[in-house]
Amino acid sequence: MSPEKRDVSRRGILMKMGFLLNVAAGLILAVPVVGYLLSPVLRQRRAGAGSWLTLGPVAQFPEGQTRLATFRHPHANPSDGETANIPCWVRHAQAGKFQVFAINCAHLGCPVRWFPQSGLFMCPCHGGVYYSDGSRASGPPERGLFEYPYKVEQDDLTIQVGEMPTPGAPLAALINISGKTPCA
Amino acid sequence: MRLIRELGDWFEKRLQVAGPIRETMEHPVPRQTASWAYVFGSAALTVLGLQVVTGILLALLYVPSAGEAWSSLQIFNNEVTLGWFIRALHGWGSNFMVAIVLIHMVQVFLFGAYKFPRELTWLVGVLLLLLTLGMAFTGQVLRFDQDAYWGLGIGASIASRVPVIGPWIVNLLLGGPIIGGPTLSRFFALHVFVIPGALLAFAGLHLLLVLKLGINEWPMPGRIVRRATYMKEYHELTHKDGIPFVPGAVAKDLFFSGVILLLIAACALHFGPFGPGGQPDPSIIQTAPRPDYFFLWIYAVLSLLPPAMETPVLLIGPVIALAVLFALPFVSGEGEKSWKRRPIAVLSILLVAVALGTFTHLAGDAPWSPVMDAWSGDPIPAKYLRGRTPLERQGALVFQAKQCHNCHRLGGAGGERGPALDQVAVELTQDQLIRQVIQGGGNMPAYGNNLNPAETTALVAFLETLHAAGQAPAVDASRAGR
Repeated sequence: MSPEKRDVSRRGILMKMGFLLNVAAGLILAVPVVGYLLSPVLRQRRAGAGSWLTLGPVAQFPEGQTRLATFRHPHANPSDGETANIPCWVRHAQAGKFQVFAINCAHLGCPVRWFPQSGLFMCPCHGGVYYSDGSRASGPPERGLFEYPYKVEQDDLTIQVGEMPTPGAPLAALINISGKTPCA
Repeated sequence: MRLIRELGDWFEKRLQVAGPIRETMEHPVPRQTASWAYVFGSAALTVLGLQVVTGILLALLYVPSAGEAWSSLQIFNNEVTLGWFIRALHGWGSNFMVAIVLIHMVQVFLFGAYKFPRELTWLVGVLLLLLTLGMAFTGQVLRFDQDAYWGLGIGASIASRVPVIGPWIVNLLLGGPIIGGPTLSRFFALHVFVIPGALLAFAGLHLLLVLKLGINEWPMPGRIVRRATYMKEYHELTHKDGIPFVPGAVAKDLFFSGVILLLIAACALHFGPFGPGGQPDPSIIQTAPRPDYFFLWIYAVLSLLPPAMETPVLLIGPVIALAVLFALPFVSGEGEKSWKRRPIAVLSILLVAVALGTFTHLAGDAPWSPVMDAWSGDPIPAKYLRGRTPLERQGALVFQAKQCHNCHRLGGAGGERGPALDQVAVELTQDQLIRQVIQGGGNMPAYGNNLNPAETTALVAFLETLHAAGQAPAVDASRAGR
């Protein structure tokens, strides 16, 4: 083998090695980058469906009425400001029987409003309407309002809060991921 | 003067760009492209420049934190000298940019400019349209008010419907379990770094392609594009009957860009900045979120589709639309360029324009949304109460108190979700009215559980009075003559 040829092939090998080295470095760097980008998803799965928090004493929610309650989201960031003040509708149907509805319309998430006179929830966006028990009355929603699991502990109404409910991930499905039953 | 020339020479010796620049500026273009129809691309580029400059100016003071963004916008509007004007320029610039990009696209489509050899220019143009719309949507989020907050909720609800991975997409979109600080930060990163970076890169590529392939010639009916001969024909056209781009064709571009900039400034001055609307506090639920102008048609489509069609249309519709746009230059890469011989092309544009225009117009009134305060804010016209019995007046009261007015118009006021009831007695008999009120149906909730018999009787008695003076109310045939 002539010296020049060997020279060329040595350069060629270095070139290939350099190329492979950069690919390897790229892959090694890509793992943490992808992990970082996916952190909202990974963190969610780890944290499960979220935590129980109290909406206040049961006495605040008189029997036969549906009232607006607001809670500070348990996973709130310092930078969240007012956006972590999440409202929900609490219906005290009959002695000790509650329903806690997410504010988000089951169609596309706009805030539904309760009209006690007609016993209806109405959505201002696309006209979804629900009955007092949260079931669908009319309009585009394909289902009833999302419901938070609740329990009454020491006369406090507590609900289980996790992600913002959406049609693709209603609260019930999120709770199942955590493996907890609503009245555990 | 001599100093400037010497300075120029000093730089030129090192940079050596004068030649290529002159060559680019003076490259020959077809004579007829020096036309007012060809000014929209350069105008879009000019507005992009304005958006970059005003965007940087806004970044000097804007705080991308969910807790502070809204108040920082108030500082722009009320405290900083001319802060409102910079916001207004950026907001109006955005509207003009979307409009100009769309007009540019229509012109390019009607002139057959996407055909061989400019397929890639068209594809990059479609990407630029998507990026422009992406800027418009993310910009609407940065104006972090009630509409932005609930708009994000709508975006999340749509994304969640993607099969299997929907909930994960929502988490990625929001950066956490709820709309909050991380959500605004990532939309800030998208609006300020990611999308503008891509937009500038692709705009550069788009421009390079225009220079490499030449400006599309004015389409003549009968001048057919053939892959085998086009390049030669275009070369002859530009070199035998062409004019240099500068100063031949650029004058109209310059003039039009200037007019557009002045129009944006005039709109900014006259109409002022967009919002921000109410505080992004979800516990303030007295709100009726509306998207910005260019997304109104989506709002209408989402309201009017039958519920079962919604998810398929939302998820498959955009894929089909993009596939059509991307496939266009490959399916019809040759042939006639002139719109005069492409009736289907012209009809497609008309169809899309009429559809988008109709949906946007409908979304302005939003007849599908209940008027949430009609029951308390829009009184029943006095003429419907004059000379009525106590029972009928009691029914009118029930009509208001039970929010019927939110969905039904009466005397030109109220919701349009359901039919107007000014003539309802002519259309429905007493029995039909009772059935409709109690059982609902046809997109109306059933009121059986919320009206006692006395209320129902009164309401129906009132509804039976709603007919024109000379018209008799509808009567069940079996009861007629009694």
